Amino acid sequence: MTDVLTQPRPIRLKGRSFLALSLTPELPFEDWLARLDDLARRSAGFFLRRPVILDVEGLDIDRQQLRDLVGELSVRNVRVMGLEGARFALLGPDLPPAMTDGRPAADIEAPVSDQADRSQHVEAVAPSSPPPTQAPAPQASVMPSMVVNRPVRSGQSIFFPEGDVTIVGSVASGAEIVAGGSIHVYGPLRGRAMAGTTGNASARIFCRKLEAELIAIDGFYKTADDLEPDLRGKPVQIWLDGETIKAATLG
Amino acid sequence: MGKVIVVTSGKGGVGKTTSSAALGAALAQSGDRVVVVDFDVGLRNLDLVMGAERRVVYDLVNVIQGEAKLTQALIRDKRVETLYLLPASQTRDKDNLTPEGVEQVIAALKNAFDWVICDSPAGIERGATLAMRHADVAIVVTNPEVSSVRDSDRIIGLLDSKTLKAENGERVEKHLLLTRYDAARAERGDMLKVDDVLEILSIPLLGIIPESMDVLRASNVGAPVTLADGRCAPSLAYFEATRRLKGENLPVTIPGDKRSFLGKIFGRKAA
Repeated sequence: MTDVLTQPRPIRLKGRSFLALSLTPELPFEDWLARLDDLARRSAGFFLRRPVILDVEGLDIDRQQLRDLVGELSVRNVRVMGLEGARFALLGPDLPPAMTDGRPAADIEAPVSDQADRSQHVEAVAPSSPPPTQAPAPQASVMPSMVVNRPVRSGQSIFFPEGDVTIVGSVASGAEIVAGGSIHVYGPLRGRAMAGTTGNASARIFCRKLEAELIAIDGFYKTADDLEPDLRGKPVQIWLDGETIKAATLG
Repeated sequence: MGKVIVVTSGKGGVGKTTSSAALGAALAQSGDRVVVVDFDVGLRNLDLVMGAERRVVYDLVNVIQGEAKLTQALIRDKRVETLYLLPASQTRDKDNLTPEGVEQVIAALKNAFDWVICDSPAGIERGATLAMRHADVAIVVTNPEVSSVRDSDRIIGLLDSKTLKAENGERVEKHLLLTRYDAARAERGDMLKVDDVLEILSIPLLGIIPESMDVLRASNVGAPVTLADGRCAPSLAYFEATRRLKGENLPVTIPGDKRSFLGKIFGRKAA
């Protein structure tokens, strides 16, 4: 028991983003399914291993129609992992869960020609056996960043899983910064800062004045109590070394 | 066209109502036409602090629901004739405040008065958000202690996002009013210092009201402190804040300190 207390191993809370293929069915479903069949015929396995979201926003259908559609899709080996824009009345325990807060990404190229594309497609899918690499790969080349030019007030949350967040100002107690990349605070950091939330262990946290309530990198966290007291109020950078959070003064 | 001021704080008991009444009375004594509106529907107090509790017939909710005219609900102060009160209802709750109703009442008051002071309820729910909705100027009342400062920070965030001005891409002018300040305790470290609060909230300072028995005494006799005793320390601080609100640039007096801190405190404008 004492062993557990002296060496706490917190549960890792990680975020991960995947690029999902969003299908927008149109009424009547027979016609739409026929077009889908046509697309699938051009490239067998196009939907294989792809997370698929069904966007039913604005569709005037009832739950039974939706259930039939999901059934028709699964017959075609299209497994729907979530519903977007579904009214509450449409949802049910036997249907995929509702998804919210989706952000648009670049269009996924539909297969055009038959043979040529098939070889290309196999190449593209086969080597990427661990699925997560599919989504972050294009992001790694152009890492977007977000700059906030005002103080982040208590109760406000800056959520930016795509990349780095820079705050020119303070982060108040009770405020929260969540970034996929690193976090830079040009002011006192008094709230929570969570960097590298999409599985980026090389993300760091920088601040002018460390008074944070909680800091986390790639799911490993430390509360204010666990931070070395002599770092408080100093300009500090925080990084991850293996599974330990390290911190040191800057400059 | 009058200016709409919201007196807000997030936290309860920091002195919103006392400050609304004191500032209202101070502005009115300078000859401006002032109305103080109590938004704390269900827990009305402003009428007591202003000594009008025995003259309330109609209230804000009656006006919003069309049961009374605005002129019927307004109560004129007996001591300063340019000071009016629009009381809240004690029997209803805040769900009776509708955005459209509040908008109409505020628009009508703006036409008739130089200053419309909205005394916000504590919290960040409907009553508080409706009170700040139409504000041109916000006075954030804060005590020098950590929980009050954090709640004020939260309110400043809401002022920057939930007000009509913020939604139109403009900014609500925000001022910090530090109340119940005790110089001796701040010096001993029992209380946050002025600089600490300013550093955390980073909005300009409107005034520092010292902790004083005079404020309590004034509330108990049903008079805004600036009317009850115009020469006591908190009254002087409220009068000073009023002049600053009207655009004068004068140094903030820090209670317990004879020197003025023009360069150090005032003019520190961030955010």
